[in-house]
Amino acid sequence: MALLEATGIVKSFGKLTALNDAGLVVSENEFHGLIGPNGSGKSTLMKCVAGAETPTAGAIRFAGNDITGLSPADRARAGMSLKFQITSVFPALTLYDNILLSLQADTSLFGLMLSRSRGALHDQVMTMLEQFRLVHRAHEAAATLSHGQQQWLEIAMALAARPRLLLLDEPTGGMSLEERRVTGDLLQPIKSHCSLVIVEHDLDFIRDICDRLTVLDQGQVLATGSVADIQANSKVQEVYLRRA
Amino acid sequence: MMQIARTAPAKSAGAQRWAVLPFLEIGALVVALVLPLLLQDYLTVFATRVLILAIFAVSFDLVWGYAGIMSFGQALFFGAGGYGAALLARDLDVVSMLLILPAGIIIGLVFALFVGGFLLLGRHPASVIFVALGTLTGAYAADRLARGWYYLGGQNGIPSIPPMSLGSYDFTEGPAFYYFVLAILVVTYIGCRFLVRSQFGLALAGLRENEQRIAFFGYKVQHLKLIIFALGGAIAGLGGSLYAFHEGFVWPNILGVVISTQVVLYVLFGGSGTLIGAIIGAVVIEGVSFWLSDNYREIWPIILGGLLLLVILFRPSGLVSLLLSERERVGSFGRPPKGGHRGSS
Repeated sequence: MALLEATGIVKSFGKLTALNDAGLVVSENEFHGLIGPNGSGKSTLMKCVAGAETPTAGAIRFAGNDITGLSPADRARAGMSLKFQITSVFPALTLYDNILLSLQADTSLFGLMLSRSRGALHDQVMTMLEQFRLVHRAHEAAATLSHGQQQWLEIAMALAARPRLLLLDEPTGGMSLEERRVTGDLLQPIKSHCSLVIVEHDLDFIRDICDRLTVLDQGQVLATGSVADIQANSKVQEVYLRRA
Repeated sequence: MMQIARTAPAKSAGAQRWAVLPFLEIGALVVALVLPLLLQDYLTVFATRVLILAIFAVSFDLVWGYAGIMSFGQALFFGAGGYGAALLARDLDVVSMLLILPAGIIIGLVFALFVGGFLLLGRHPASVIFVALGTLTGAYAADRLARGWYYLGGQNGIPSIPPMSLGSYDFTEGPAFYYFVLAILVVTYIGCRFLVRSQFGLALAGLRENEQRIAFFGYKVQHLKLIIFALGGAIAGLGGSLYAFHEGFVWPNILGVVISTQVVLYVLFGGSGTLIGAIIGAVVIEGVSFWLSDNYREIWPIILGGLLLLVILFRPSGLVSLLLSERERVGSFGRPPKGGHRGSS
């Protein structure tokens, strides 16, 4: 059974149809790339899956449950996590507190008021910061980080609660080549416990880390399959790769 | 790869070794404790009124400064607590502090839950403008209702409220009432400070900075907002009940737009999101107003308005930003690392 199954997704903004019968199927522990030219509907499909947009039509199932009408908070509680396209860390808070904020989300309100999980979560916060090479700046404000480090912090925040599915929208945007390579290295270890859907313009990065790809064009799925299949697909080459 | 990992540790902007806030808090408490010994009686009465307004200011800072909810009609809860306490005294002869203060808290809480439930709950988050106008409308409507309702005394309000009592002791205006209100302000402040420095406070910080982002972590944003809004209403109701018994009367103005705006100015002037800034703002604005009105009877509102504008223009983070760094105002919520230091408590 697929972990994520989005079928027949239609999303209209007034007269503009951004998605027209689009779909996405992601298995457990699969790294799945979502690619396509600008305006093909990648980010809109990602937002529909995460709950930031409500599809006009279609259904989304996650871990066997229909989540089409669930709020983003309920989807997060079900095991889905999102990193936005535009970096959205909490600049005034320390790196430590950024991670803690993500980790403590499932603590009860009463538990939060009494800071019941603060001690228990300390090691997890430090582990995440260490994993993403930010531990030495744990108690500095997130605003002091470089753009690439803010991207890592946000990925760490998205991963902190150990989601079953991580949605990354252009995680390497604005990064140097070296930072992109490191980002790939940082993502590989999560494969043992997490699936990944990634929207990215850097095709080399996508090829390096993804198992399967879905290609969107004009709001519809053009092709889906393994990286090798997609690379060999003449329609994809025609519509997408030549433009890239 | 390791070159990136080994970025040199950098001092955070505004990082500091010494925390100023505890010294500021202790200093303010010491001044408040000795004040009645130095003041004439009529000034002690004035100082008591200012402390009650400081409780009210703390309630607004909690809601706006920490959760980013612009409750532009916070006086609704203050006035509701005041009217509720006055009605209990007038109609049921209830003047015991042990009943009046909980009643003020509950009335403020219930009103805030009702207004907050209407304004804040819903599938889509309410905008700042919607909440600001909604609460302002609520306060205005309550003011008009009180003016027109005979049961609430109409324009004249409810006069001649008897003193609040504890056993056989009556709290009349003066040093005893002052210290009693100071004790309540200190307890309220400590409780709020504990809350805003807890993990709940971290969630509020996330709410204030990026409401949409924390929803994607799994937080029930509307629930968080309603809880802090209700808590702010409860504290405002407590302040209102104290105000009613201290002044000996309530009138429609304590529900309305003027005092709602006043509390916004206290917090803006002192510094939002710090609690102590709200108290400093209330004390300074009321103190300066009092002095100016005594010495410049004709033009004091113009001078006060100019002063407020200057501070808000040149110190948008309020007076406390003269003493507290941004790092200390925001605070840190995690456990300090072994052998390391944190910017603030």
